[in-house]
Amino acid sequence: MSKNMNLTLKVWRQKNSDTKGKFVTYQADHVSPDMSFLEMLDVVNEDLTRKGDDPIHFDHDCREGICGSCSLHINGRPHGPKQGITTCQLHMRSFNNNDTVVIEPWRAEAFPVIKDLAVDRGAFDRIQAAGGFVSVNTGGVPDANAIAIPKVIADEAFNSATCIGCGACVAACKNASAMLFVSAKVSQLALLPQGQPERYRRVQAMVAQMDAEGFGSCTNTGACEAECPKEISITNIARMNRDYFTAKLIKQEEA
Amino acid sequence: MSNLAKTFSSSLGRKLVMALTGLFLCTFLIVHLVGNLQLFKDDAGQAFNAYAYFMTHFTPIKVVSYLLYASIIVHAIYALIISAGNKKARPIAYAVQAGSQNSPWTSRNMGILGTILLVFIVVHMGDFWWKYHNDELPYAKYEISLDNPNDINVSELPYDADRLVHSEVTDVQAGKRTVISKDLYKIVNNSFQTWWYVLLYVIAMAALSFHLIHGFRSAFQTIGWNNSRFLPLVRFIGVWVFGVLIPLAFAAMPLYFFFK
Repeated sequence: MSKNMNLTLKVWRQKNSDTKGKFVTYQADHVSPDMSFLEMLDVVNEDLTRKGDDPIHFDHDCREGICGSCSLHINGRPHGPKQGITTCQLHMRSFNNNDTVVIEPWRAEAFPVIKDLAVDRGAFDRIQAAGGFVSVNTGGVPDANAIAIPKVIADEAFNSATCIGCGACVAACKNASAMLFVSAKVSQLALLPQGQPERYRRVQAMVAQMDAEGFGSCTNTGACEAECPKEISITNIARMNRDYFTAKLIKQEEA
Repeated sequence: MSNLAKTFSSSLGRKLVMALTGLFLCTFLIVHLVGNLQLFKDDAGQAFNAYAYFMTHFTPIKVVSYLLYASIIVHAIYALIISAGNKKARPIAYAVQAGSQNSPWTSRNMGILGTILLVFIVVHMGDFWWKYHNDELPYAKYEISLDNPNDINVSELPYDADRLVHSEVTDVQAGKRTVISKDLYKIVNNSFQTWWYVLLYVIAMAALSFHLIHGFRSAFQTIGWNNSRFLPLVRFIGVWVFGVLIPLAFAAMPLYFFFK
């Protein structure tokens, strides 16, 4: 069994969105390599609470990589050094004894810090509300097999739909661009027959909301797909661009 | 029209402008390279000077050249606008950001590479384009034997405001063709005798290589043309043609004159 570790944590502490934040150094001793990263922070927080200090605030919910709540920028990378996982799925065995671990919140104008490491990702909700849905009118329930969808298309749509909206793409992007998130949400519906009636209205509305939220532009660095815990491909971005330009330059549909 | 203006001021529209102007500049590089291959011809610059005359006096090419100047300016201005927006999108920078672990170096440094290229374009056009159009350059007189086109007798003529930029007279009885043209070749040859000037060109071509290794492929991604069947071809052309072949061939020109 591997031995416990001692780590130095440099954690971003910020009282609220109006105040300036700063790094505070904490010592995390006797950290089990089998702990998750969030469990390690839980232990640090218990210590802080016992001492009467304000515990470090961070978002978390399901702790099994599904909810998209956890959002830590660890040593320069969203969700830490491993690929295809969220922060809650990151284990302390990915670090070495005496490592210094720098923990920052997602940094983007569109994601204001609420407190410490927790950021407001309401911008994503507003983009979704702008068009990330299909309108279903009332009536009888159609048979599930009534609309035939090729397997490859269904797979592609499901891959896009695995986005949990954690914001790691924005965090990883040097421009704080939300293109991977928005394109995944556009693609999951644009690929399927059910998404067709609103396809061109949707892409225009969602891109307009994305721009209004103050996200940056896409430089096609590919950092988003490299850091995405669900490994969503930038093929989605190309698809969204194609649909957007078709909508704007050819279809001329109302946004 | 206002809808179109709105489209091109959206984040995606701006990137489309970057992609389209960028690809247009890429096609120009091919033409520029093929034309400049005349420099390697061992004819005291006769073919190159004839080509320079053709490029500056043939109307369709003149039209395209204005489109080209506009593309360079638009590409640079949009780059500035987009970069300013990107900067605003992350007002507080990360203390640690491990970009090298998730993205290629070229993709993160397009601005720096582009700035080097813009400086290069200004110097390059100032030294050749501007001088050819505005300076009182000497003329070269080529007397070419009709029997043997490789038998060229070259002599220098001083600048004369009344002289045509390019003229050709064929004298069958004397068995020779006389070509008189503004001598851009000489300017090129003289410029590339200075080591630091050659170095500037080689550095600029390295920047061009890195700029296009990312830029060419990136333009297709922005336009949305990333069909899985064509993507390998786009990548291949981007890296090997625009990233390696073209910059190497361009860099070979100053080196050729320096070591000739």
